[in-house]
Amino acid sequence: MSSPESSSKHRELGLTDGEHHRIVALLDREPNDVELAMFSLLWSEHCAYKHSRKLLRRLPTEGPRVVMGPGENAGAVDIGGGLAVAFKVESHNHPSAVEPFQGAATGVGGILRDVFALGARPIAILDSLRFGELDSERSRYLLDHVVAGIGHYGNSIGVPTVGGEIYFESPYEQNCLVNAMCVGLAPADRLIRSAATGFGNLVVLIGASTGRDGIGGASVLASAELEAGSEKRPSVQIGDPFEEKKLLECCLELLDRGLLVALQDLGAAGLTSSAGEMASKGGTGIDVDVARVPLREADMEPFEIMVSESQERMLAVVAPELLDDVLAVCERWETGAAAIGEITDTGRVRVLRGAEVVGDMPVEALVDGCPLYDLDPAAPEEWIYPNRRTLDAEGPGQTLLELLGAPSIASKRWVFEQYDSIVQSRTVHRPEAADAAVLQVPEAGTAIAVAIDGNGRRVACDPYAGTVEAVLECAQNLACAGGEPLGLTNCLNFGNPEKPHVAWQLDRSTRALADACAELGVPVVGGNVSLYNETDQGPIYPTPVVGMVGEVPDPEQVPGMALRGGEALALCGPFSPSLAGSELAKARGELVDGLPAPAIAPVAAAIAFVREAVRSGRVDVAHDVSDGGVAVAVAEMAIAGGSGVRCNLDELAEMRGASAEAALFGEGPGGFLLGGEADAIGALAAEAQAAGVETIVIGEAEGDEVILSAGDLEIALALADAEHAWRSLGEHMGAGVI
Amino acid sequence: MTFGVLQFPGSCDERDALAACERIGDARLVWHGDDDLGDVDAVVVPGGFSYGDYLRAGAIARFSPAMVAVERFAADGGPVLGICNGFQVLCEAGLLPGALLPNEGLRFVCRQVEVEVTSVDTAFTAACPAGQRLSIPVKHMSGRYFAPGDELDRLEAAGQVAFRYAPGQNPNGSARDIAGVASQGGNVVGLMPHPEHAVDALLGSDDGLRLFESLGVRASLAPAAS
Repeated sequence: MSSPESSSKHRELGLTDGEHHRIVALLDREPNDVELAMFSLLWSEHCAYKHSRKLLRRLPTEGPRVVMGPGENAGAVDIGGGLAVAFKVESHNHPSAVEPFQGAATGVGGILRDVFALGARPIAILDSLRFGELDSERSRYLLDHVVAGIGHYGNSIGVPTVGGEIYFESPYEQNCLVNAMCVGLAPADRLIRSAATGFGNLVVLIGASTGRDGIGGASVLASAELEAGSEKRPSVQIGDPFEEKKLLECCLELLDRGLLVALQDLGAAGLTSSAGEMASKGGTGIDVDVARVPLREADMEPFEIMVSESQERMLAVVAPELLDDVLAVCERWETGAAAIGEITDTGRVRVLRGAEVVGDMPVEALVDGCPLYDLDPAAPEEWIYPNRRTLDAEGPGQTLLELLGAPSIASKRWVFEQYDSIVQSRTVHRPEAADAAVLQVPEAGTAIAVAIDGNGRRVACDPYAGTVEAVLECAQNLACAGGEPLGLTNCLNFGNPEKPHVAWQLDRSTRALADACAELGVPVVGGNVSLYNETDQGPIYPTPVVGMVGEVPDPEQVPGMALRGGEALALCGPFSPSLAGSELAKARGELVDGLPAPAIAPVAAAIAFVREAVRSGRVDVAHDVSDGGVAVAVAEMAIAGGSGVRCNLDELAEMRGASAEAALFGEGPGGFLLGGEADAIGALAAEAQAAGVETIVIGEAEGDEVILSAGDLEIALALADAEHAWRSLGEHMGAGVI
Repeated sequence: MTFGVLQFPGSCDERDALAACERIGDARLVWHGDDDLGDVDAVVVPGGFSYGDYLRAGAIARFSPAMVAVERFAADGGPVLGICNGFQVLCEAGLLPGALLPNEGLRFVCRQVEVEVTSVDTAFTAACPAGQRLSIPVKHMSGRYFAPGDELDRLEAAGQVAFRYAPGQNPNGSARDIAGVASQGGNVVGLMPHPEHAVDALLGSDDGLRLFESLGVRASLAPAAS
């Protein structure tokens, strides 16, 4: 029987009446307050994926190099030499929109814990960020504090931030996106799972003490639309990278010494989630005694202890005879540790306060009992996002200058110089030196390339084509570094899935992700879904973000993007430029529905060709064609190399039936710019053509001007002017041209 | 040559420093709680955020048992190199003059910079020609070198300014472009740039090796005071 009071209580906690009925049926009684709090969090969108789980089943997850797939704290792939790379991307959007510094910092802290929970030492962080346009004070505030928060955590803990991407678009004005990806390295045979096994084994809480901070952070913030005002600020967790640094070193030493049966981080929903999931994966039960949890505040209620999202905590399963050894290691690292419960054969999560049972639920009901919902997708009939003309250029030269200075395209040096990109001595290419970050792994005699990509505007134009493009773009970035993708992680950032057009975006986007990964042969090894990214101003652009890890056999053979004087430049691949959904269309306020349908196979062939060309050392410079089209990509290469450049795009326009303007500024997948000594580039172009990968030589580096012509359009800019525009991001942030 | 590399809770660059030292000789980590350095010929106090840099960068680490041992080692003339947070720790400990303040821009800065060797009469610059330019990265939040004007005059006159940022390269507003200083005896050296992150051309530069190589040079020129 539901009393009126309890039914209003479950609604306050975000559960529907139907979900509440189901809990009553599963328990065969009304849940008490502790149980209701625990159910409400584990059955939240953030923890239960109740609107996305069915769609995620589409994704290909198997591959020859996968050693850990979805369902664990992070995915992992084999890189040879007995080593595995673990990686995952996760969102911290809502906390960052409410409190950007701590939101972003704890986003980094959380994804780091996901990776070292596997026993992998984090070796790199990448970030994918979205804000409103930079002419808004709120956007500048969010950018400033998000970047400071990411830097504060990553720099302090000694993990380099090696890459990422940032876009500024008005639909993110109120609801910024902060997605952080962590890459870790571990001996392949020492990766540890999170399944709690061994009846009688102890449950040990390691790390920080438990306080009232972040109570309900994940479910409260991430499972409903953001409302105006900042009354949810107290729900945001507070990060302490020093505590996490000790925790990281402590956990890796515990694993090195073989002292743990299982390890799991405490993230969203705190102890409730980690204890429930560990028991669920192990097919066991778990008893947790809240009286034994070290607290920051003495008078915390059992439900508060169970749902607190205090940061920098891990849950370990330990054989009783090894407890003293575990505690000794923790003491050496000056990190807290307490045995708070044990693994049982009951199949139940029991919450005790001393001898008193204050909660008792079947593990299965708590972890897997949440109903999964079907979506009700319907395509919108017209473009539902704002259009605003900002371009006031006359002529193609001015247009190129404005595009180079557009914050989404401009150099992000102002951002990445605030991140330590070199600690751990692996970073072969620092940010903006190449399309992908390259990290050497001398222990395995190899290197890896990592990149993270997504373009919400293009996904908004066409959720299917835009998502395919994100996967291709990421693979293209790896190819420019000679990297072959081993696995993919994704973060699906969307609006309210209960709205038909958002459901349609999500449906089309996951279908595209599945198709593109299948065709490229890249398994999805993990990911995260962030829904309800909308406010009363409307939803964000649908923003699937993909991160990839690729294998680079020889880090000495990795070209950068600096084109030097005298080098020739070729355009390689089935790139067919279109102004649809482009930066130029945005600047003109001419965005409409629809992108050209992508053909994945020819792009995949070009990716393979470029990868092999890079690996064989026949390419000195490689850069993919992305935002702003060929004109922007060529200018970026000229700026990086400090040389002028002269290119003609008539052949491209003719080949594709594209207008001169589209040849210069049009976008689309499958374009690579390859540079090197003229004869070598000529030979490479001929070889590519013979292999069925369309390639044309378009120009060479010379002089001190950026000269591009297509049809009757001619661009001639002083290199210094182009560079000045491209380096203008700092000016928006009061730091001048940097 | 055996290097001891200190490890505090919150050290971040200790493994990088260890690897850099291993290019020259043997190296091992020294736990912050140990008050005995063991049989080492040189000490590196590495970068990072010792004790979270709480209170003030380097302020807590200087009280660790290992630092007490380093003070004795330095007093006996042993060579000690403080890098970034290590430089801050050595200043806090009074082994080096001056202090490191928050960067002028009030932001963390990670950047490759050109550094000039301004004194070759130290344990870690003896392998360098005077005025040699080294390409070494900086990465810090509090790297603005400060000392009162008369103290700066004295340091310059005594040849204790070991490194300066090349003209136009000062990333943090350091007084007189000072990137690193040495003790009066030249055996203790601290700098904000990270020579241990400039020991491999593949990763950007190997100019930082000169600092580690200098130990052998100085040892052969003038046997250690101890």
